[in-house]
Amino acid sequence: MTAGHHLVVEGLHASAGGKAVVKGVDLSVSGGEVHVVMGPNGSGKSTLAHALMGRPGTTVTGGSIRLDGLELVGIPAWRRARAGLFLALQQPIEVPGVLLDAVMAEALAPDGSEEPTAERTPAGIEDRLRREAAAIGFDERFLRRALNVDLSGGERKRNEVLQLGVLRPPFCVLDEIDSGLDVDAVRAVARRIESATEEWGLGVVAVTHFHRLLRVLRADRVHVLVEGRIVASGGPELAEELEHTGYAAY
Amino acid sequence: MALPSDKEEVWRYSPIDALDLDGYAPVRPVPPGTSPDPLAAAFVAGVARDLPERAATVTTSGGAVTSVARHGLDEGVLVGSLADAGEGTLGRVLAGGDALVRLNDGFHPDAVVIDVPDGAVVADPIVVVHWCDAATAGGSGAAPASFPRTVVRIGRGASAGVVEVVAGPPQGRALVVPVTELHAEDGAVLSYVGLQVLGPNVWHIARIAAASERDASLRTFTVGLGGAYDRSRTDAVAAGAGSTTQLRSAYLGTGEQVHDVRTLQDHAAPHTTSDLLCKGAVAGSSRSIYSGLIRVRRGALRTEAFQTNNNLVLDAGAHADSVPNLDIEENDVRCSHASTVGPVDEDQRYYLESRGVPPERAEQLIVLGFFEDIIQRSPVPGSVERLRREVGIRLTEALHIGGGDGDG
Ligand SMILES: Nc1ncnc2c1ncn2[C@@H]1O[C@H](COP(=O)(O)OP(=O)(O)OP(=O)(O)O)[C@@H](O)[C@H]1O
Ligand SMILES: [Mg+2]
Repeated sequence: MTAGHHLVVEGLHASAGGKAVVKGVDLSVSGGEVHVVMGPNGSGKSTLAHALMGRPGTTVTGGSIRLDGLELVGIPAWRRARAGLFLALQQPIEVPGVLLDAVMAEALAPDGSEEPTAERTPAGIEDRLRREAAAIGFDERFLRRALNVDLSGGERKRNEVLQLGVLRPPFCVLDEIDSGLDVDAVRAVARRIESATEEWGLGVVAVTHFHRLLRVLRADRVHVLVEGRIVASGGPELAEELEHTGYAAY
Repeated sequence: MALPSDKEEVWRYSPIDALDLDGYAPVRPVPPGTSPDPLAAAFVAGVARDLPERAATVTTSGGAVTSVARHGLDEGVLVGSLADAGEGTLGRVLAGGDALVRLNDGFHPDAVVIDVPDGAVVADPIVVVHWCDAATAGGSGAAPASFPRTVVRIGRGASAGVVEVVAGPPQGRALVVPVTELHAEDGAVLSYVGLQVLGPNVWHIARIAAASERDASLRTFTVGLGGAYDRSRTDAVAAGAGSTTQLRSAYLGTGEQVHDVRTLQDHAAPHTTSDLLCKGAVAGSSRSIYSGLIRVRRGALRTEAFQTNNNLVLDAGAHADSVPNLDIEENDVRCSHASTVGPVDEDQRYYLESRGVPPERAEQLIVLGFFEDIIQRSPVPGSVERLRREVGIRLTEALHIGGGDGDG
C-alpha cells in the first residue's frame, strides 16, 4: 500500500428528491485500492456517488463518510474536493464559456492552508493538461474549449479522467467512466487510472456495468449494489460472474 | 407629437410613460475648432487601444461629426458625414417610425455615413464613437438630448464590419436616441457591433433598422451595459431571397437599471434564414425585458427562423421578462423559439464545486462564461477585447468581486 489514506463509509443512508435511495452502505477504501460497484439500473449507484461528493439535493439521512478521519457529511462539495475527493460524473455537465484550464487553476488555487507549488502556476497546469491529454489520447484542441461544450459523450468521459490526472486527488469516485467510450479509449482510460493508483496511491471507487473495464484496471474488491444496499462483495471474479448471470439472483 | 405608451405591445413592460421630454433640450453642435473634451478624448483613445486594427475612426459629439480618421482605407469607401453623401442617404432602410425615430429625424445634427462600394472588402472594422455629453446642452437646467444617426450601406458582393459605440460621462442625466440604418446589398456581408456604455442616469432609446438583399449576410451584435433605461429595438428585414441574418444581443443589469431589447426578424423573401440569440443577466434590483417577433410573410417560402433568449437572474430583487412571438403566414417554414429565465444553473455550479472551486468563484466563472460564450462569437472579431473589458468591469460590480462587501 502506498499512501496511508483511508476513505471509510459507514451505514450511509441518502435520499434524492425526497426519496430514500441509498439504504445503508459500508465501504472501506485505502489509498491505492480499486473498489468496483456494480448493480442494476436505478439501484442507487449514482446517488451513492453524489452523496459521497455532497451534491445539493442529495441528502445524507444517516451514517458517515470519513476521509482520513475527517467527517465529510455536512460539508459542501468543494471542501470535500479539497479534502481529497474527486467525482467523475456519469453525465459531465456543459459549462458554456468556461475554459478547462481556468477551472483547473481555480481548483488548484491555494485556499490558505496549502502552499503554492510550481505545478499550480499557469505554465505548470498547462503542462499537466498536455501530459494527461497525451496519456489518454485526448485531442489537445479540446483543451481550449469551454467545459464539455461540443464534446461527444466519450470525449466528455475522457475529459473527466484528464481532470482527475491534473488534480491528483487521493480518492476518486468514477461513475460509469467507461460508458460511451470506444474500446481503445476504455483501455487508455483504465490504464491511466491503474497507473495513478501507483503513481500517487489513488484510491478508486468505480461504478460500472461492464467487466471489460477490469481487464486493465485491477479491482481489489467488487460490490453489488441492489436497491440501495450492498448485497454481495467479492474479488474480481465476481464481476465476471455477474456479466454471465446478471442480477437475477439478488 | 404623442410619445409612445406602455399600452402598445412594443412598449409593454417598459417605463416609457415616465419619459418627460420637457426635461430635455437637444445638444448644440460643438463649433468647429473646439478642443475636444478630455473625457471624450480619453475614452476614444481607450477604444482605439482595444481595437488596434481599424480601417477608420469616426467620432461625434452628440451626433455631430467631430473627426474622421482613415487608416489606409481604400479611397472608394466613403466614411464621413451627411455632407459627403448623396441625396436620399437617410431613410432607405427605415421609412417612418415611432415618435422617437421622428425626434431623431428632426433633431439629428448630422449623420455618420459609411458606404462601401460594390465588391470592396474592408478587412478591419470601421469604428464610430458617439460621445453624448451635457457640455454642449442648451436651455436652462434642461438635461441634454442627443440624436446620433448612422447609416451603413455595403454594396453588392462587398464586405465590412462596423463597431458603433455610444458613450458619455459617468455623471448627469441625459437622453440619447440613436437611429442606425444597416443595408446589405446583394451578396454583401455586413457585420455590426453596437456597444452602449452610457452613464447610469441616462435614458437610451435606440433603433436599428437592417435590411439584407439577395444572398446577403447580415450579422449584428448589440450590447447594452449603461443607462438607467436602456432600450434597443432591432428590426431586421430579410428582403432578398437567400439572405441570412444573425442577430445577437447581450445585456447586463446592475443597480436599478432597466434593459429592454426588442427584435423583429421579418422574412419578406423565400429561402431566408435568421438566427437570434439574446443573453442577459440582471443583478441587484435591475430588470430586463426581451421581446422578439419572428414574422414570416406570405411568399417567404422555406424560411428558417430561430430565436433564443437566455436570462440569468443573479439576485432576489432582480427580474427578467421574456416574450417570444411568432407571426407566420406561410406553411413551408421552420421556426422555433426558446427562452430561459432563472438563477445560475445548480448542476453547473455543483460540477465546478466538485472540482474544488469555491461556490462564489464557481458562480463568477459561470456568469463570466455566460457572456464570454456570446462575446467570443462577435461578428466583428476585433471588438472582442473591448466587449470583454466593458462586460468584465460591470460583472465585477454585479458579482461583488474583489470588493470588501462580499454579501449583497
Ligand atoms: N432527484 C431525484 N428525484 C427522485 N428520484 C430520484 C432522483 N435521483 C434519483 N432518483 C431515483 O433513485 C433511484 C436510483 O437512481 P440512481 O441514478 O442512483 O441509479 P443508478 O444505479 O445510478 O442507475 P443507472 O445504472 O441507470 O445509472 C432511481 O429509481 C431514480 O429514479
Ligand atoms: Mg447512474
